[in-house]
Formats: sequence, C-alpha cells, structure tokens
Amino acid sequence: MSTAVLDAPIAAARAAASPALSAGQRLALKYFLAAMVLFLAQTAFGLLAGLQFIYPEFLFGVLDFNVNRMVHLNAMIVWMLYGFIGSIYWLVEDEAGTELVGARLANVNFWILTAAVTVVVIVYLVVQVGSGTRASIWLINEGREYIEAPRWADIGIVVCMGVFFYNVAATFMKGRWSGISGTLVLDLIALAGLYLAGMFYTTNLSVDQYWWWWVVHLWVEATWEVLVGCIMAWGLMKTLGARRSIVTTWLYIEVALMFGSGILGLGHHYFWIGTPEYWLALGGFFSALEPIPLVAMVVHAVYDAGRHGFRSNNHPALAWLIAHAFGNFLGAGVWGFMQTLPQINLYTHGTQWSSSHGHLAFFGAYATIVIAFIYIALQKWRGDVWMSAGLPDGGWKWKWSLGLQCVGVMGMTMAMLIAGYEQAFVERAMGGSTWQAYFEGQTQPWFIQAMYWRMAFGVVMTAGMLILFWDLLTIGRNETRPAKDVHAPDEV
Amino acid sequence: MSDTPWWASQDFWRKCAIFVTAFMAVILIILTFDTVDAITSGSDRVPAYDVINYRIGYEFDAERNMYAPVIGGEAPLFATMHTEEEARALVDLGKLTVQAKNCMNCHTLLGNGAYYAPDLTKAWLDPGWGNEQSRELLMTLFLTDPVSNARTFGTNRRMPDLGITDEEARGVIAFLKWLSAVDTNGFPHGFEPLPQGGP
Ligand code: HEC
Ligand code: HEM
Ligand code: HEM
Ligand SMILES: [Fe+2]
Repeated sequence: MSTAVLDAPIAAARAAASPALSAGQRLALKYFLAAMVLFLAQTAFGLLAGLQFIYPEFLFGVLDFNVNRMVHLNAMIVWMLYGFIGSIYWLVEDEAGTELVGARLANVNFWILTAAVTVVVIVYLVVQVGSGTRASIWLINEGREYIEAPRWADIGIVVCMGVFFYNVAATFMKGRWSGISGTLVLDLIALAGLYLAGMFYTTNLSVDQYWWWWVVHLWVEATWEVLVGCIMAWGLMKTLGARRSIVTTWLYIEVALMFGSGILGLGHHYFWIGTPEYWLALGGFFSALEPIPLVAMVVHAVYDAGRHGFRSNNHPALAWLIAHAFGNFLGAGVWGFMQTLPQINLYTHGTQWSSSHGHLAFFGAYATIVIAFIYIALQKWRGDVWMSAGLPDGGWKWKWSLGLQCVGVMGMTMAMLIAGYEQAFVERAMGGSTWQAYFEGQTQPWFIQAMYWRMAFGVVMTAGMLILFWDLLTIGRNETRPAKDVHAPDEV
Repeated sequence: MSDTPWWASQDFWRKCAIFVTAFMAVILIILTFDTVDAITSGSDRVPAYDVINYRIGYEFDAERNMYAPVIGGEAPLFATMHTEEEARALVDLGKLTVQAKNCMNCHTLLGNGAYYAPDLTKAWLDPGWGNEQSRELLMTLFLTDPVSNARTFGTNRRMPDLGITDEEARGVIAFLKWLSAVDTNGFPHGFEPLPQGGP
C-alpha cells in the first residue's frame, strides 16, 4: 500500500468531517482502511486458490496453490488484527476519559507495521520459496500455516504490538480504568505473549505443532474471543445504550466460561500429533464445552437488543453485531463441535470439514465484528449522523452486502461440509488415507460438485464485500439528521 | 442495585473469571511439562532421529485398539547407517526444506495444513512407492522432479517443481521416515503400508 492510497481519502474526510475526531480515532480510520484493502486481497487470493481445485493448470508454476493460500490466510489474520487494533484505538480515549498518550508514536507505528506487511507480501509473491536453510525462514517464509511471516517480521510485529500495547495501557493509566478496559489490557498481554510461542525453530515436528497450536488455538478460541467480547461490550453500550453494569457482568461471565473451556480445549488439536493419549479425553471433554460461552454471547446480544426494542442509533452496526453473535455460535460453536470429539475427528481431521469450519468461524466470529465497528466509526466520522431506519436509499446497500456475504459464506461452508463428509468416508474411513485414497476422495462427484458450488458462493460473498466497500464509502455522506439518541437516563 | 443476588453480581463473576482462568492456565502449564517430555525425540512416542536406520511398520494394536508404528530390524536409509548426530542433521535439513518450500500450504503433516494434496504423515510407507527396493529412488525422483513423475490419478493436479536439490530430497525423505515412526494415537486409521521385508 502506498501512502497516497491511504492519505487521499483520509485527507478528504478530515475536511468533510464535522465533529473533530480524536487522535486515536483518526488513527483507527487508517487501520480500518488498511484492513479493508487486505480483506479485498484475502478474497482475491481465496478465489484463485479455489479455482485451482477446479482448474489445476491455472497459474501452475506461476502462482501455485501454496502461495495463493498463504496470502489468503495471512491477509485474513492481518486484516482482522488491524480491525481489532483500530477498534481499540477508536474506543480507548472514550473509555479512559482522556487523550491518547503517544499519538505521534502510534502513527509512526502504523506506517512501520504497514510497510513491513507490504514487504512480507511482496516477498511471498515474488520470491515464494527458498532453499532448506535457516536463512529462508528468517527472510522468506516460515512455512507454518497462519504464522508464515519470516522471523524478521515476527520480531517487527512484536515490537509494533509493544508500542500499541504501551499506548493503550498508558492511556488507561492516565485516565480511568473500567471492567472492560482492565479485561482488555490483560487479554492483550496474553495475546501478544502467545505469539512468542510460535517464534522458534525445531527439527521435531511434534514439538513444533504443540507450540504452534498455542498461537493458533489460544488466539482464536481464547484471547481473540475475549478481545471481541470487550469490543462487543463497548459496542452494545454505544449502539443500544445498554447499561455498563450489565455488559461488564456479562463480560466476566464470558471470560470465565471461555477460558474455562477454551484453555484446555486446546487438547482437541493434540489427538494425533504425537502427544500422549490423555489428550483424547481432556481435549474432547473441554472443547465440547466451548460452545457454552458462545451461546451465552448470543443470549446476551439478543437480550440486550430486544430489551432496547432493537432501537439503535446505528442499524448496520447493530445488524453486524447480531450477525457476529450468531456467526460465532454457528461457525465456532456448532461447526467446531461437530468434529471435536476424537472418535469423529479421527476421520474428519485434515479434510474439507476443517476448512468448512474455518471459513464459517473466522467470518462469523471476527469479520462481522470488525465490520460492525467500522460502521460505528464511520457514523461519527461523517458527523455523528443518522444511521437508523429510513436511510435515503432505504439502506439497501448495507442490507444487501450483509445478506450476500452471509449467504455466500454459508453456501461455501455447506459445499465444503459435503466435500468433507465424502472425504471422511472415502479417503479416511474406506481408503486408509493413502496417496491413492486421497485422490479417490477428490474425484467423487460429490466432491467435484462441491468445489464448483464453493466457487459460486465465493463469488456471491465477494459481490457482497464489494457492495460493502461502496456502502462504507458513501453511507451518511449527505446526511443532515443527527444520530438518534439512545442513551438511557441511567447511563453511567 | 443492592437487590442483585450474589450469583448475578459483578463482583462474584469477576472473581470467578480470575480464578477459573488462573486455574486452567496452571493445569495447562503442568500438562505442558509432561507432554513436552513425552514428545521430545528419543521418547517412546517420538523416536530418536536414528530411527531412520530401522524398518518402520504400521500395524493395528489390539490392546490399544488403534494403529501404531512398529520399529523393526535394521534397514539403513540410502544404504548408510547414521549415527544419532548424522541422522539429526539429515532430518533437520528435511524439516528446514519442508518449511522453506511451504509444503504445508498444499499438504497436511500429522493432519494439519492444507487440503490440496495428500497427507504426508505416512508418506514414507505409502503403497504408491511400490516396494522397499524401489522406494528411495522413486521418492528422490518424485521430489526433485514432481512434474515429470506426476501421477495425479486422472486429476492433473500436479505438484510443482520447487527446486528441491538431491541433498534436500534426502533430508526430506529422512524427515518423512522419522515422521512415520511417531506414535499418533492411530491417525491415520486403516492405513496399509507398502510391502516391506521381514523384521
Ligand atoms: C503447490 C502445492 C504443493 C506443494 C507446495 C507441495 N506439494 Fe507435494 N504434492 C502436491 C500434489 C498435488 C501431489 C500429488 C501429485 C501427484 O499425484 O502427481 C503431491 C504429492 C506429494 C508426495 C507424494 C504423495 C504421498 O502421499 O506420498 C510427496 C511425498 C510430496 N508431495 C511431498 C512434498 C514435499 C516434501 C513438499 C515440500 C517440500 C511438497 N510436497 C510441496 C502438491 C504440492
Ligand atoms: C471463533 C472461533 C474459532 C475459529 C476462528 C476457529 C477456526 C479454526 C480453523 C481455521 C481450524 C483449522 C486449523 C488448521 O488449519 O489446521 C480449526 C480447527 C478446529 N476447530 Fe476451530 N475455530 C474456532 C472455534 C472452535 C470451537 C469452539 C471448537 C469446538 C467446539 C473448534 C473445534 C475445532 C477442531 C476440532 C478443529 C480441528 C479440525 C481438524 O482436526 O482438522 N473450533 N478451527
Ligand atoms: C471469497 C471467497 C473465498 C474463497 C473462494 C476461499 C477459498 C479458500 C481455499 C481454496 C482455501 C484452502 C483450503 C484448502 O486447503 O483446501 C481457503 C482456506 C481458508 N479460508 Fe478461504 N476463501 C474465501 C473466503 C474466505 C473468507 C471470507 C474467510 C474468513 C473470513 C476465509 C477463511 C479461510 C480460512 C480460515 C482458511 C483455512 C482453512 C483451514 O485450514 O482449515 N476464506 N479458502
Ligand atoms: Fe481449537
């Protein structure tokens, strides 16, 4: 991303925006814009990778599947992290009741991080692979799913996260603490600390994967869940005027349930990687409990929304928050649960089942809430304008983009689930997972058709995403009505 | 809010959250010590690297009710007996190559990774290599030139030429042989290895 891409819209906005945004909020907008650019990259490379299942000749030897998939996944992880960082910068001053401590440093930090991400992606695309040396792992890519970033970039990311963390924690220290901010800061420490578990090399693949899952699982099924819980709590207060004492209590309940099940739920990845047999029981048991906090979150969101008669000051944001609650429950809770018992996972492990679950969970739990937050931010940026019922165009853009994306992801998920079922039977249960059995699975009609359906729904999803961008660029632009006031008199 | 029952109070749930998190984290740390010990190479579950000097089988273990690797008699890799140090260096080269060439964004290893190509956990034992005598040669040829040696079973989904050298291929093969000897609690289930000579 060049400077111009980001600066032009932001400068234009600065001129247009009426209520002065705080330093943290201006920074948040940059993170959100970069996040959306990466979201676009994610889907583009997802479509390329998906096409290669159908046309294996396509870009063969030029941009191979592994490269496309790596960019698909890294763009996703980074855009979501950008979305979280942006959301936190957005709310930190409001929540702390004071100005951001190191606004200048935070800005420099954004540009360094973004430049590093750009270099990493260019190296992925141009250099692609290296020779079997440590230098390749330091400079090109680490070859470990989701955290492929070469070691130099790992170190850079840790430093940037440190600067971010300092900014957030010091701002709360200068201002005031709350239940939400306390939870958030502790969670950020854990989140950053876990990344370190992925920053070493070992010959032993079992040890490698043991720690690799600490990063991946303890991120998405523990620390990220709590992080979005904090963001959600703040979001419900802002969009609905929910009471602070209620959202804070719910947040604690969610933390207790999420960490209570998710920390040892890690064991559902320790069934087959060489780790001892006791993980079959432990992992199966605790991960089977993980849907409980996700149900609690749905109850919480729907209860709060219902209690306020769905009267929100920001309809698109509220709709995406509800989509988050259900998406999280379905994608993580239901789709995760389906394959989490070892008796089942023995056959579904490493098939399209996993991919089916991965798509619905990441989209449902994390893409949704970042988008919700961007709507919250845009509303203020465009001048704290009306975003409830009765938008000039009837709000068709946000409604269609939400609908198309949800239908698209759900369709892809179902297609992959069917493919996964077939794979579990043919490749795993009947064929014993040999080279030949693998291809027997890949050539069944059910599988081949599913790959076409995945592409079709991927296009639907992409269309929804493009409409989303259009809506984000235009919503509230010419609006003159002020935002609806939702704050109950007893608001703290 | 003085009429809030204790079980709905913020204070109660804050304490709960802290206690539960701390408790689970401590359990995980304790288990980690035990597990890391159990998966350090040279343990019962994860063999030492010089296991590449021996014949490796995969059989159903009725007592455990799952498939498990069986370490047999001497069967040196590339007709050379390796010391533990030499074996470690070779497997290490293989592991580095696997990471640097990004195999896991097409394949799964131990079932984790990508789903575009076969699982490699038992690739060393795959019936596709014919028999024990042809295996090392066919694997080397395949890894160094997967395009000319493609099989693809009618799909045309080929593995690209990743520029793997002969030396790196030997490392990868050693790594895959070692990997096939890791006790994975019966994953993959029902896998029948290629025919190998006596013990
Ligand atoms: C771009 C995707 C891609 C990458 C990257 C890739 N492979 Fe493959 N691999 C394939 C495909 C597709 C097949 C099946 C090819 C065939 O049947 O001709 C395959 C087949 C194999 C096989 C034989 C299958 C079996 O079950 O034994 C081995 C071994 C193998 N690859 C090892 C590797 C190693 C080691 C690496 C990394 C150094 C690697 N592959 C990287 C796609 C890939
Ligand atoms: C938002 C939360 C979650 C996200 C984003 C998520 C995402 C993922 C992803 C991407 C994978 C594939 C990993 C790989 O590439 O190898 C995965 C695997 C898995 N997930 Fe989740 N997950 C979430 C929650 C859950 C929950 C709550 C459960 C259980 C109830 C669960 C159960 C599993 C299992 C069993 C696997 C292993 C699949 C296999 O064996 O291949 N997940 N998850
Ligand atoms: C635009 C449509 C999309 C297409 C065509 C697509 C396609 C793909 C493909 C082909 C893979 C590789 C799966 C494999 O190894 O076999 C993949 C992996 C993945 N994609 Fe997508 N994708 C799309 C959108 C998304 C979205 C919106 C998300 C989440 C927000 C997402 C999250 C993931 C995840 C988590 C994985 C890893 C799954 C795993 O390892 O189990 N994708 N995608
Ligand atoms: Fe997990």
